[in-house]
Parts: sequence; C-alpha cells; structure tokens
Amino acid sequence: MYKDDKEKKMKSSTAFSRRSFLKSVGGGVVVLFTTPPRFSLAEESHSVSAAAADSFNAYLRIGEDGRVTCFTGKIEMGQGIITSLPQMLADELDVAVEMIDMVMGDTDRCPFDRGTWGSLTTRVFGPELRAAGAQARGILLGLASTKLSVPIEQLEVRDGVVFDRSNPSSQVSYGALTKGQAIASEMKSQAQVKSAPEYKVMGKSFRRRDAFEKVTGVAEFTADIHLPGMLIARLLRPTAHGAKLKALDVSAAEAIEGVRVVRDGDLIAVLHEKRQVADRALSMLKADYDVPESAVTEENIHAHLMSRAPEGVPVAGGGDIAEGERLSVEVIEHTYQDAYVAHAPMEPHAALASWENGKMTVWASTQSPFGLKGQLVSLLGLADDKVRVLTPYVGGGFGGKGSSPQGVQAARLSKITGRPVQVFWTREDEFFWDQYRPASIVKIRSGLTRDGKPAFWDYRVYFAGARGSEQQYDIPHHRTVAHDRGWTAAPGSHPFATGAWRAPGASSNVFAREQHIDIMAAKAGMDPLEFRLSNCSDPKYTGVLKAVAKGFGWTPAAGPSGRGVGVACGIDADTVVASMAEVEVDRSSGQITVKRVVCAQDMGQVVNPAGATSQMEGCIAMGMGYALTEAQRFRGGEILDLNFHTYELPLFSNQPKIETILIDSADPAPHGGGEPAIINMGAVIANAVYDAIGVRLFELPMTPKRVKAALA
Amino acid sequence: MGKLVQFTLNGKPVQMESDADQSLLWFLRGDMQLTGTKYGCGAGFCGACTVLVNGSAQRACLLDVQSVANKQVTTIEGLAEGEKLHPVQQAFVEHDALQCGYCTPGMILSAVSLLSDNPQASEADIIGGLDDNLCRCGAHKRIVEAVRSVALKPKS
Repeated sequence: MYKDDKEKKMKSSTAFSRRSFLKSVGGGVVVLFTTPPRFSLAEESHSVSAAAADSFNAYLRIGEDGRVTCFTGKIEMGQGIITSLPQMLADELDVAVEMIDMVMGDTDRCPFDRGTWGSLTTRVFGPELRAAGAQARGILLGLASTKLSVPIEQLEVRDGVVFDRSNPSSQVSYGALTKGQAIASEMKSQAQVKSAPEYKVMGKSFRRRDAFEKVTGVAEFTADIHLPGMLIARLLRPTAHGAKLKALDVSAAEAIEGVRVVRDGDLIAVLHEKRQVADRALSMLKADYDVPESAVTEENIHAHLMSRAPEGVPVAGGGDIAEGERLSVEVIEHTYQDAYVAHAPMEPHAALASWENGKMTVWASTQSPFGLKGQLVSLLGLADDKVRVLTPYVGGGFGGKGSSPQGVQAARLSKITGRPVQVFWTREDEFFWDQYRPASIVKIRSGLTRDGKPAFWDYRVYFAGARGSEQQYDIPHHRTVAHDRGWTAAPGSHPFATGAWRAPGASSNVFAREQHIDIMAAKAGMDPLEFRLSNCSDPKYTGVLKAVAKGFGWTPAAGPSGRGVGVACGIDADTVVASMAEVEVDRSSGQITVKRVVCAQDMGQVVNPAGATSQMEGCIAMGMGYALTEAQRFRGGEILDLNFHTYELPLFSNQPKIETILIDSADPAPHGGGEPAIINMGAVIANAVYDAIGVRLFELPMTPKRVKAALA
Repeated sequence: MGKLVQFTLNGKPVQMESDADQSLLWFLRGDMQLTGTKYGCGAGFCGACTVLVNGSAQRACLLDVQSVANKQVTTIEGLAEGEKLHPVQQAFVEHDALQCGYCTPGMILSAVSLLSDNPQASEADIIGGLDDNLCRCGAHKRIVEAVRSVALKPKS
C-alpha cells in the first residue's frame, strides 16, 4: 500500500517540473487536477516505486484552436476509456466529443498516474476529470463575460461557442477566447459539475473511437513501431522457474553474421536486425540448467498451499459463531478449489527501447507506464527527465501488464548494444513469464436454523485474497478470514509468479460463496433465487436479482430441478452484479454446454452504455474459460502449457447466448465496469450444473473429467 | 543463396530474394512494415496473423515467403479502398465488434474469406468458420453479429 511518507519521498526526490509540462503544452487554458489516492486491493501490489508523483495527476487543455486535449497516464487496452472519458468532458465543457483529443500513457506529456487497473478509471479518475472540465468551462465563461460584456449568469455554451442567452448573436467560440491566452489553473475545490438531467452525452451509447484504426490495421501497438537501426531481441527462457544456468555455449549463435549475444546477469538475449535470424540464433544457444526438484503439480497444489498457509486475518465479522452453531440444525461444510489461470492477452508483452543522448525512451505494452518509468529511473540511475515511457494501444491486459518486465529487458539491451531494441515476447515466453492468477482454496462452514434460515457463516480463503469474499446475506453470526495477502504470497508458496487477474480473487471467492449459498438453499428446500432474496436486504442486490430473473424468465423450483438453470450474485469495484445461466450436461462425456447467460448489473451512473455492455459481454465470454477449460499445468517451476493448443481459451463455438441488463440505478455515482460481470461465471455455471445433474463441482475448471468423476 | 520470389501484395507486385526459412509473417511485419498482420502465437493456433492468399484465409506465421510465389496476398492494410471500408470492416465498426483490436485484422480477413466462400453464411457457419480465431477480450458475440449482418445484406 502506498504510504503517505512514501509518496512524499517520491515527490521530493524526483522534483517533477510543472513548469516544463506547461511549457510543452503551449497556450490556451489548462486545468491541472489530481485524483485522490484510492488504496483498493486492486492497487496494492503494483509497483510504482520511485515514480514521479506530483500534486496533480492529469490535465486538460483548451487550445487556441478550440480543441480540447486530455492528457492522462491512463492507457487504452480495449476497455474503452478512450471513448468514455471524452464523453465526460464533452458534457462538462459543452463541446462535441469529436473536439476532444486524448493523449494517454506518455510519461513526458502526461502527469503521474498510478496505472490502469481495478476498474478505477471511470469511478475515481472520471469525477475528477469532470470537475476539471467544469472548472475550465468556468474560466472560459469568465473570459467570455469580459469579452462580450455580459454577466456570466446570462451566458450559455453550445458546441464550444459561448453566447448571450438573451441575444444569441452575441457570441464567441472557445478557440477565440483561448487565443493568446496562457492560463494554467490548478483545480481547487470541486467545481460544480452538471447533474444527470443536464447530461447530453453521458448516458448515451457511443461507438469505439479507435475502431476505424483497429479495423484497418493502422492502429499502432508497441511491436508495430520500427526505429532505424533497430535490433530484435529474442530472450533465452529457462526450462523452469527456479532453474539455474550451469553452462552456456553461444559460439554457434555468435558465428551468424550480424548476431549479437548479450549476457547481463540473468538476462540472456540474441539480437539481430531480422527476426528470423534472431530466431535461428536463439535455437543455436546451448544452455544447460540445474532444475530444482519439485513434486508440486496441478494435482497436489492445494495440499501444498494449505501446508504453507499463513495465519488468517479477519476481514469481516459479526455476532458469535458458537452461538450460530448452537442455533443450527444442520451444518454444511465444503472446500472449494481454483487453478492457476493465465492472462493470455492476444498481444504478448512488447517493448521498444532507445538509448540516445543520455535519455532512455521506451514504448511498452503496459498498464503502468509510470510504474515502468520508476523501475527504469532506479535501475539505470537516471534523472527523472531522462526516462520516457510511451504507451501505444495495448492489446489486452487483464491485470497481466502491470509490472512490464519486457520494458526493463529492452532498456537494458538498448543501453548495452547502443541500438534501439525491440523485445517482443513469444507466446511461449508469455505463458512462461505470466504472473498467474493464483490457485486458491476456500473453506466454508455454515449452518441452517430449524426454519431454514442461515444461522452462521464461517469463511476462510487461502491465497485468492479477500476481494469478493464479503458475503451479502443477512446472517446473524458470521466471520470471514483471509489467510494471505492477495495475489502474492511468501516465496515457496506458488511454484511460479502470481499476480492480479481481472477482478483479482473475486472469481475464486464468488465460486465458493455462491455455490455454498446454493447448497444451503437446496438443504432448506428452497428455490435458490428465493433463498437469496429472502436472506438479503440490500436493495442493490435484490434489484439486480429481480432484474436478471425477469430477463432470464426464471421460474422457481427447488434444486436440482433437472432444468439446468443457476443463479449467482456478487459485488466488484462497487458494482453489484447478478447472473443466471442455463446449461446442458452430457452425462456420458461429462461435457458442459452453457446455452445462455443473462447478466444484470447496477453500476450506478453509466457513461457509455455501449461500452459498459461490451465489457459485460467480454467478462462473460472470458469467464467461460476459467469456469470450464483454463488451468495451467506444471511440474514444479516447469510450465507445461506454453501455447494455445493445450491451454484452452474460450472459443466462438463454446460461447453461450449472452444477454445483458444495465440497471437504471438510483445511485448517481459511477462504479467499475471492466471486471464485475466476470466474478459470477464459475458459480453460476456450477449452480446450473447442479440443477441439471444433481452433483456439485467443488473445483475449477469444471472439465469433463471432473464432471464424470462427480457423477461416478 | 536466396531464391527470387515474386508475388502480388495488396495489389502491387513485390520481387525479392528470399531464404527458405523466411516467414511471411515477419516479412510482412518487418521488411514491408505492414504491421496490421499480428503475431499472436507463431504456430497457427490463434489466427491473429491471418492474411488472404488468392482470396483465401491463411496463417502468415505458417507460410514462408517462397510459398506465396506468384500468388495474390492481401493484408488488412489492403482491404479497404482508400477511406472506403470493406463491408466487413464497416460492420465491425458499427457493431463495436472489437475491444483491444489485436485479433481484429485476423478476424476480419477470416470473415472476408468465409463470406467469399459462403456469402449467406448462417450464424452457425460463422461460429464454425471463425472458431480457430481467438479473442481474449470476449468480443465473440459482436463479431458474429457483425459478420452475420454482412451475410444478411442484399448483394448488389
């Protein structure tokens, strides 16, 4: 977690120059603004050490041509903020979205930002961006008032033109107002933003503004950038995590004309101007490793992890478990297990580094340009203004591009060779060096009273983290304990690196909780939806549950009904989400077919309904993978699934029919959209499978083998 | 050492010396700087590098340059006519049928090939035809809808 003193230290040590920023921006009206620190679980482990921090995190400019530019360290990786952030500004500034340009993820042009993750952009950055827009509008109105000699109260703005309400021909454009100006204003208190009835752009669906570039192949991703004299690096990958290099023979590779072999500590690379020559050279390296013995595999990992589980830390609680046990006529106890899952973005990690005139410039596929910059500043011992990170379009992140080791690799190689160097991981590199969603265990004990009400809830999560572990039901005696620090764990726990994976921990926790609630409902002889509704008084939950039931056409029945329908609900990034699924299970093959998923979410204010819907659909589609097919196989630190022929991503042919419902929320604040709808996927399918065939699957993914074993 | 190879790339003739192991993918991305053709897996599993060879979808990562000698190769850069998008490209824009956009060129070219073989492709045909193209963001539903909308359009 970022401590105040750490932030202060970063700030003083890097002496971030606001003046140089402003100089680079040029004239016009500039509003600097800051986003409040928000120390959610999502941010905890991301390294931004030594990165430049300042009192502002972004700024926007209304240029002398009337165009609006938003400079932000946030990045676009498919989640769609390149479309939704301009919608916010358009409303606050009364300009068309087409008048707004986005400059993203460039550490020289954009002020410090922690990174793009945790579904934080819209809910945390968004309100500040809007306030900055409102403040800029206020400044422009002030200028217009002087220019037109009309009191501010009498002015209106439409499409970037300020006019006198009582005499519309008395008007002046933003461009005319900003001409010759160089006003830099820091955001003070919250400027008065518009309220919902005044929105003209927010709440309306806009298509992706990057679509044209992306369908024509023009859109630039990191590995698409070529610099003169650029070398392409291929990295030597150890045979296993923890392997030690015993011997290395580079002679055959070095004999190829133009090939350079670099050995810099743990970094061993072959470089050439042509990719196929670098590929050939890499295959000629003769490396011999000592691989540590390990008996840990995906089969026994959960027992291994339990043997290394740290002490638990209570994260929620109320009442008295012992009292709850006394009230129970039935105690239900189960263990739920989850596997290592890869991020597997379609774009592998890529970086291009150029060391020139004492300055390191790195283009990187990263969710944290300033985090990478901070790493480079300290690693290379450079001044803050001697490192620049730029972020082209990122081809998917899902939490896996937070730490950007490829950027460090490229920078080291560029400094050593004195040439621009591209590092573009192969798919095998990507699977090997991924920071996996951790395998995890959840143990739940719960009780039912004589009249079928939950009496107590005793919940322990190991290695998934606490996110998503909170239970939303009215249970008088309850306790939730987390035996870990989230997605990272003490050395010796996981056989390879683990990290944040879309809604970190939540999918594992929801899989356990929502199945366990279903088991309680079945024991109580109740319809699982009815059981949830009658034991939950939070109106957001009951709202999404009722909405999804209506959309799905749910008819009550106690499980297992044989119909193959299931329900699950949860909260992530402050968004409440409920899902229903219909499945078919082939008892002889064990194959689960998910026919239909309906999902309703209450995310408060919806800025771009089309974008939010896309994110929900994406969550459901991606969630099919961890639910049914995805699990990395390994022998100790050796990664066995290194490409897509054995690591099975969701396919077109196993996608369900997807329907989404956005609740017209009573909550005016915007909440997260990139992650919530994925959290229910394991649970809702498991519950539907139970409803279909009457057996429970306590481990993800729900492979045919596991279904058959459960039926046996 | 290299062999003289000629082919047509996005309507223009290309002539070059090519080694036997020169992959079409890295030739396009490196020598020609046609970077719309994406690397995703290098082994034909993901479809990100799909190009059209004589109008038919092929994985550039599995082809060497010599194998396209005297053939017509179309990459995503060669699909639109100037600013006028191909109907499949246009449908992807209109359906928001992409998120990160990295699989998009391969998806579009696979769909173009599919529709040229089967202009009235049904939803099931499209799902079957695109099943070897991977999308991690989960735009599947919209991609199918986009391609289907082209199949449903009256043909002029």
